[in-house]
Amino acid sequence: MTDAIPTLARASSLRLTPAFLVGAALVGLHVVVGLMTLLWTPYDPTAMTGGRLALPSLAHWAGTDRLGRDLFTEIMIGARIALAVGTGAVAIAAVIGVTIGLLAAFASRTVDDVLAATLDILIAFPTLLLAMLIVAASDGASLGTAILAIGVAASAIVARLTRILARRVLAMDYITAARVSGTGWLGIIRIHVLPNIWPTLIVNFALQFGLAVIAEASLSYLGLGAPPPNASWGRLLQEAQATVYTAPFGAIAPGLALVSLVIGLNLFADGLRDVADPTRRRR
Amino acid sequence: MSLIDLTAVSFSYGRGRRVLDGIDLRIEAGRNLGIVGESGSGKTTILRLLLGLALPTTGRIAFNGAPLDPGNRSFMRDFRRAVQAVFQDPYSSLDPRQKIADIIAEPLRSLNVETDISAAVAGALASVDLPPDAAQRYPHEFSGGQRQRIAIARAIVSRPELLLADEVVSALDLTTRIRIVELLKTLSEKMTLVLVSHDIGFVALLCHDLIILEKGRVVEQGPAGSILSSPQHPYTQRLLASTPRLPDFA
Amino acid sequence: MVDLLRIENLSIHYDGRSLVSGVSLSVNVGERVGLIGESGSGKSLTALAAIGLLPEGMTASGSVRLAGQEVIGTADRDVVILRGTAVATIFQEPLTALDPLMRIGDQIAEVLRRRARRDGRSASRADIAADVMRLMARVALPEPARLARAYPHEMSGGQRQRAAIAMALACRPSLLIADEPTTALDVTTQAEVLQLLETLVREEGMGLLFISHDLPVVGTAVDRVLVLRAGELVEEGAVAEVFDRPRHPYTIDLVKAARAFDRAIGAAL
Repeated sequence: MTDAIPTLARASSLRLTPAFLVGAALVGLHVVVGLMTLLWTPYDPTAMTGGRLALPSLAHWAGTDRLGRDLFTEIMIGARIALAVGTGAVAIAAVIGVTIGLLAAFASRTVDDVLAATLDILIAFPTLLLAMLIVAASDGASLGTAILAIGVAASAIVARLTRILARRVLAMDYITAARVSGTGWLGIIRIHVLPNIWPTLIVNFALQFGLAVIAEASLSYLGLGAPPPNASWGRLLQEAQATVYTAPFGAIAPGLALVSLVIGLNLFADGLRDVADPTRRRR
Repeated sequence: MSLIDLTAVSFSYGRGRRVLDGIDLRIEAGRNLGIVGESGSGKTTILRLLLGLALPTTGRIAFNGAPLDPGNRSFMRDFRRAVQAVFQDPYSSLDPRQKIADIIAEPLRSLNVETDISAAVAGALASVDLPPDAAQRYPHEFSGGQRQRIAIARAIVSRPELLLADEVVSALDLTTRIRIVELLKTLSEKMTLVLVSHDIGFVALLCHDLIILEKGRVVEQGPAGSILSSPQHPYTQRLLASTPRLPDFA
Repeated sequence: MVDLLRIENLSIHYDGRSLVSGVSLSVNVGERVGLIGESGSGKSLTALAAIGLLPEGMTASGSVRLAGQEVIGTADRDVVILRGTAVATIFQEPLTALDPLMRIGDQIAEVLRRRARRDGRSASRADIAADVMRLMARVALPEPARLARAYPHEMSGGQRQRAAIAMALACRPSLLIADEPTTALDVTTQAEVLQLLETLVREEGMGLLFISHDLPVVGTAVDRVLVLRAGELVEEGAVAEVFDRPRHPYTIDLVKAARAFDRAIGAAL
């Protein structure tokens, strides 16, 4: 079958590519570090613990910022924020996007046309602009508004993907057979549609996670993300900008953290895709 | 007593062209019916109407003498239990993510049939000559002919009175085709068959009565024997003359 | 005289598996040969190997000679010339052979122009246009002047297959390979297309290699038939001989099955 809908192979036949393993390791490292900050950090993130703009040393692995705070501690907390934003935004995108996508797939022609056009407009809208609008409409910048803005922007993409995938499933004869078997629409979604579109959606969620991390960094960089003292990578980059010629490490360290997480997520997503898509799997 | 009656049924999509025009047909228990037509004849639409998946634009459809009522849950439950279907493409008609046991059990679960589900599935598999261990496997592990047997097992698990078959052998090889015909013949001792097909030879093997459709209208109907031996309508004559046959060397 | 197509001991392998093994067949001028097989028998692969178009990753061994020229192991640019002159192919789904964004008349004209260029002739626009009309009439396309301006999706399945046949004829091939050419068509259209193929092959004096799973169709289209099963030839001979007195158990099964369907409608004869 050429137009097979990808299915996740069962665990026994899961083929782990080196890229997938590297991606999973990078993501895992960030998760461990991010969770660790809930219990312990090398220093108090708000405390001035040493000289200003100190170079990396045994005491301060990533040096200190312009207020003398430990940069490594701030980067660790930044990982937690990045992961929280990614998880929150993807969760919002999944719930809103999959729901709207399914509605559009099942809807009458007119409703579907309206929904599809709305989604296209939303997708054409830059995430940052949408975030600014949401921040402007709410009490002000916070972690919550950042998550909401990124999640809503991503949900348009998820909705469009869900709609296309669900339409493809709904055209199959097994859906007609299910209707003849007396299965209702909710049953058809639960038993047939979701299991068949899930593998592709999961891969997309992993990619959206990476995009959300970047979007959060951008928002924070512009001062639209979590306000201080929550050390988001984007805010660290913004603070380091003023001293980037005298103390470049202040920008390099959070930059490395951001890049390693996003690369990790993309490798992870690519690996998932190889597992999920039988046509890309070599024998 | 007729199972399903279509009276003066017409169907058009939106405000478009009429796909079916003034169809009268009666499906009687114990008399297998063949609906024969080429592309554009409206045979797929008739099938959708017979399955309650579409409603006629004008005209009436009755099941066991009562008008088909999609809003009435218990009526539709009885209807779905009694009227089941098998489709053309055995690769598209089985959900690739489901185990065979769940595929076959779907009508029982969805229609809340009170029965021992695993025993019913085993029984259905046996009826279509598949081994019991097939239940724990997935569709991709089976050939086209075997998949069509699985689709038939799903259609007969609720012990329907009527089995509608839409071009069920068109996608199969000749040798597989003849085995599915034998299976359908066995099944027709317990249920009535309605075969929708372009292939008059296949339909003729199993049906007592034939309906010939052309461009949404019935051009000829009656007992298969008399239509095949003395087709009256020019279209039926052309259809029969066009059907390729092995050259006779006797 | 050189055979139009001579396949000797053809084997096709993919990923260490053998898909076709030891197939030999030949088609002479004016000969109509049928290749019968069910799905997975290797019949279509044999046809693709004959025109040097095997899917990537498949390797062929043995010998395939088109008009005396070896195809296996020959660079594709040399086989391309053969595909345009010695052999033309029509497939089950004519849409795969037709460009969806080009009018039918232009597609046929394109083939004619290529052919003229290859022969070193110069053909005027008027000549080409006249030839397109002649070819479309030849394959009995109704209202050729109107249909020439139609796009493939505006035509019926039967008309598309006729257009594909017209393009095949435009190459003026000496051999026509038809792979399930009527399988996607309605019964009445199939009968017309089969009739058309028969007439064309006879009148143009082409050789025909007709590939199908459908015994009765092959039986009406060819004189000699080969039966392929799981990549191996199991039987070959004149149509009358093979269908009347099949020897291999597999052929016996096939013929028996086909006869059962025939018998069901036999009453009508």
